[in-house]
Amino acid sequence: MSAGVGVDLENLWIRFGDFVAVRDAKVHINGGDFFSFLGPSGCGKTTILRAVSGFLEPSEGQVLIGGKDMKGIGPNKRPTALIFQNLALFPLMKVWENITFSMEIKGASARERRKRADELLDMIALPDQGDKLPSELSGGQRQRVAIARALCAEPDVLLLDEPLSALDLKLRQHMRTELREIQKRVGITFIYITHDQGEALTMSDNIAVMRAGVIDQIGDGKTIYNDPSTAFAASFVGENNVFRGTVKQVQGDTALIATNRSGDLLARVSSANQGKMKAGDDAMMFIRPEAFALAPVGSEGDHFVTATVTNEEFEGNAFNIFMEGDGGKEMKVSLPNLGQSFDSHKGQSMTLQYDVQNAVALPAGDLATE
Amino acid sequence: MPRFLKEFFDRNGLGIGSLMLGLVLFWTIGLIIMPQLSMLDFSFRPNLPPPEIGGPKDVYTMENYKYLVFGPEGGSQDFNAVDLKVFYRTLIAAVFVTIFNLILCYPIAYYLAQTKGNHIRIFALMLIIPYWINEILRAFALRIIFGETGVLNNLLVAAGVFDTPFDFIRNDIALYAGLGYAYILLMIFPIYNVIESLDRNQIEAARDMGASWPMIHRRVVIPYAKPGISSGCTMVFMLSAGALAAPQILGGPSSLWFTQLIYQQFNDNSDWPQGAAYAVVLLVTCILLVLAVMRLFKVDMGDIGK
Repeated sequence: MSAGVGVDLENLWIRFGDFVAVRDAKVHINGGDFFSFLGPSGCGKTTILRAVSGFLEPSEGQVLIGGKDMKGIGPNKRPTALIFQNLALFPLMKVWENITFSMEIKGASARERRKRADELLDMIALPDQGDKLPSELSGGQRQRVAIARALCAEPDVLLLDEPLSALDLKLRQHMRTELREIQKRVGITFIYITHDQGEALTMSDNIAVMRAGVIDQIGDGKTIYNDPSTAFAASFVGENNVFRGTVKQVQGDTALIATNRSGDLLARVSSANQGKMKAGDDAMMFIRPEAFALAPVGSEGDHFVTATVTNEEFEGNAFNIFMEGDGGKEMKVSLPNLGQSFDSHKGQSMTLQYDVQNAVALPAGDLATE
Repeated sequence: MPRFLKEFFDRNGLGIGSLMLGLVLFWTIGLIIMPQLSMLDFSFRPNLPPPEIGGPKDVYTMENYKYLVFGPEGGSQDFNAVDLKVFYRTLIAAVFVTIFNLILCYPIAYYLAQTKGNHIRIFALMLIIPYWINEILRAFALRIIFGETGVLNNLLVAAGVFDTPFDFIRNDIALYAGLGYAYILLMIFPIYNVIESLDRNQIEAARDMGASWPMIHRRVVIPYAKPGISSGCTMVFMLSAGALAAPQILGGPSSLWFTQLIYQQFNDNSDWPQGAAYAVVLLVTCILLVLAVMRLFKVDMGDIGK
């Protein structure tokens, strides 16, 4: 298998009538990468996938696969294989016929196909299941058959359209690891579409965060999580406490934000916005629930917010503490469960301390509404 | 009481349940099975004047069936060549009408089922509305089109394709066109129904893996549509073989349809037992043929009902 064919989207626009589904997308996907498009439903991520697979012609711009312009090349002629959200296995064909359908098209003999099917069935850990019908398999097994079917075509790029969304939680988490392992083994480029940030973060080398047809940010998981470049990316990926306000002062890479209800707070300006934020701009400051440390009033550090504990939850791996600050400002703190004893502070006033490096200042923008 | 009957009554109540069951039984037994059995009975009896019915001469006989095969007793020929030829030709023609109909209707059904948009409804209406006109009028309309001085001949002669009008009627082209057209809906809708439920992603998946359109149809769409195709073919074949109006109106003078022979026996010769025997032979042959073809293509009886 050819390792590492890259995909480039150059100024890609896709319109349906007046509706702009994808707006000026510029993406470079390295060959051999596990690349995810992450965004809420309706953000245009599936549209991009269909443009790469060839089911949709872009209104403007280009799709390049391995540096080659794909304009006018149909889905049956592209070096891509697509795994559909509902898998789209052929119900009347046996599993091995499903897997080797791409070879049947090329006229391979039944014996050759059977041999290849058995190899792939071994790879997906479903030996001796080739003679079953897809309906006789479980959800996770069907999932793996769909992957084998796509890989059998020996594509340069594998496209996956939320293939795990129909599985239950445990299986989904298991399949994440498995998908990632398969990708490493075959070494081809995977383009993965998902609205599940957990999937995107755990599996991907790089992630593009999409909102309403626009790509907000491209980066690896850590960058997206720790250094978001838009308010949407900050609020869509992971949980975040949002403080709205205006920029009071910018010094180097830190900004002093006059928040609406929590006083003046210092935060780090995100990398993508350094030099772009100035005093008087509307701004938002984001602090993750796990970036707060809880302390009694009076033992303040340098940077803190004061609030009252309204509710406490035990989630297994963490304690979630819900707080209310001045003006009814709601905040959430997560303390990892390290086996420590947990004393309830319900109704008490506490300080939430944070490190400026963990507070991100961004220009005000739309938040994810999920 | 068997369980399905108990469940049926539990769900519908005794009153409505009995009414529904009664109507269905009346329909199947009273309106279908009993008349057919009485036809079967007729076919084994001699043709007697009314006073002798039930008399000593009214005994079961194979004479009516023998007539179809061997002709009149003491006739000049060994076999009833005329009627057998008509019978054989009718079946062959019905098979061809069915195949022709399938080739014509499958693409239409596929297009209707897999295309989205309002124009599909208009297409469907355009297919349905002509069937508001009764069969005889439709047949005569085709006669006007295909007649010697008909629309088609005028056009073709004017366009210089033919020097003299072509006799579509004598060459049975009008008949096949009429039969083909008469049952188009019965072919389209069962196929349409099945294909409509085919997941579009399967077609796209096949396409994505490099399949050409003929391949996609051969391996994905047609296997899936098989129940609809067999249901449509069965209906079109049965109805074509049993058609009367189209052959009567559109058939050439020398080409008789087997149903016309049956009609003649009943109506012109007043020989009901003979007509009944012919009808039974046609029915049984058609059923056997359909069952044989179903076995050949591995279609289950249950699929037909889909």
